[in-house]
Amino acid sequence: MSVIPETSGSAHIAGQDSSPTTHRRSLQRLLDSLVLIFGLVAIWQLVYWKSEVAITGPIETVKTVVELLGSENFWRHALASGRAFGLSLLISSAGGVAVGLVLGAHRFSGAVAAPILTALYTIPKVTLYPMVLLIFGLGISAKVAFGVMHGIIPVVIFTMDAVRNINPVWVKTARVLKLSPSETAARILIPAVMPEIVTGLRVGFSLTLLGVIIGEMFASQQGLGFMIINGMNVHNVRSLTAVVLLLVLFAVASSTVLLALERGLQR
Amino acid sequence: MNRITLVRLFLISGGVLVIEALCRFGVINRLTLLPPSEMATYLLYLQVSGEINEAMVQTFSNVVIAFVLSVVFGFVLGAVIHAMPRLRRACNPLLASYYSVPVFVFYPLFVSLFGLNRWPLIMIGFVFAITAMVIATLNGLDRVPPVLLKLARVHRMSHGAEILRIVLPAATPYLFTGGKLALAYSFIGILAGEFILSGGGLGYAIAYAYDGFDNRTMYALMLFVLIVVTALNSALYIWEQRLLRRRGRG
Repeated sequence: MSVIPETSGSAHIAGQDSSPTTHRRSLQRLLDSLVLIFGLVAIWQLVYWKSEVAITGPIETVKTVVELLGSENFWRHALASGRAFGLSLLISSAGGVAVGLVLGAHRFSGAVAAPILTALYTIPKVTLYPMVLLIFGLGISAKVAFGVMHGIIPVVIFTMDAVRNINPVWVKTARVLKLSPSETAARILIPAVMPEIVTGLRVGFSLTLLGVIIGEMFASQQGLGFMIINGMNVHNVRSLTAVVLLLVLFAVASSTVLLALERGLQR
Repeated sequence: MNRITLVRLFLISGGVLVIEALCRFGVINRLTLLPPSEMATYLLYLQVSGEINEAMVQTFSNVVIAFVLSVVFGFVLGAVIHAMPRLRRACNPLLASYYSVPVFVFYPLFVSLFGLNRWPLIMIGFVFAITAMVIATLNGLDRVPPVLLKLARVHRMSHGAEILRIVLPAATPYLFTGGKLALAYSFIGILAGEFILSGGGLGYAIAYAYDGFDNRTMYALMLFVLIVVTALNSALYIWEQRLLRRRGRG
């Protein structure tokens, strides 16, 4: 899931002296994105024509989205999801970075933990949800726990790998300068591993959102996940499609921002 | 066996033993968690009695179909996107945010497109897994050393021969990683689909046991899923390491 750095070295040089070229390139990029979005909407319309019972078309969905954004009921559910998501994201990013830093710095524990982490990353965690419900009870804490289960592991893995691959000279410099462990972390480790941590956070962000929404789809009475599963059960296709569209837009928008941040740090 | 593996084994078995003790001495309520030994015994009983055979066959065959489809189409799609840099740049945010979209919400849509049979579920696994393969293919094709491509040109290889003899072998480790992830995601997608929506398979059996307060079946099945997925992943991991070592020598 690594992100590919930009490879166009010549374009970089060209961009330095002639700003019209850069301008044209960003214009072209915008145009490409628009064409892609247009293509996706066209596919959506085609699917809609093929099966009108299961999905609403693009125009009608946008209308429903506007309606939803004006309704109190929607905001109640969105707030419930938002609270659970915010809390899970906070726990998985802070906890993930902390655990990742420790495991990365202490080589032996890192080596012990690495395969366990990979195994945890790939198991289908949905099947464990009943256990989470039995332990945490129905309510927000189960949702948060489930979101954290999904989101924390990629953050740990990316942070740990980043610390392990740190240039050893920098760590030696820290020792020569007699920095305390907390100072070493703040001045050397964290700045050096920042780009990878942001990558980890981006992946963690996506998976935390997924975890919370799935958590709400099963055994919950609140939140966007509940709106989705309820829309399926009572066959409320309009609200179902609109909520899904909103979720997709939120996810893509956040990822775009995080990707841009990541690019900025890599330079 | 080296020290690292020993410590790891010690940690895992220690953890299991602690849970076992906590359950046996009643610190953890039986309604919350069963002792691991009891889960294992009941799982053995379920296996021998053949009660879950049907669910197993259904789940595993769906996973295999979804996995094969996602690897094949993911590779083709990845190659196409790789050939068009502008398309790729536009796709990047989509690929990056893909896993936050719960694809299960498309189940009703798939049902209306494919009918009420096994295919909607397979499509969920497929749609969930294909992105991992696309991303891995893009990575792999990026890392083919330009020198090798020049070599192909020097030898005046045909387009087909260049792909078969140069590009594919050079990209293999990345494609392998993609396949590994695609298998994991096929499992996750299909089990989750069964769990939330469908009326059959192991995922459904777990949800059904939860609804009926049948903790024994539920925990036995969870243990089974964990064992199968972990075993598969470890096997692939070992195979991958062996492949990499051989490349290192060659």
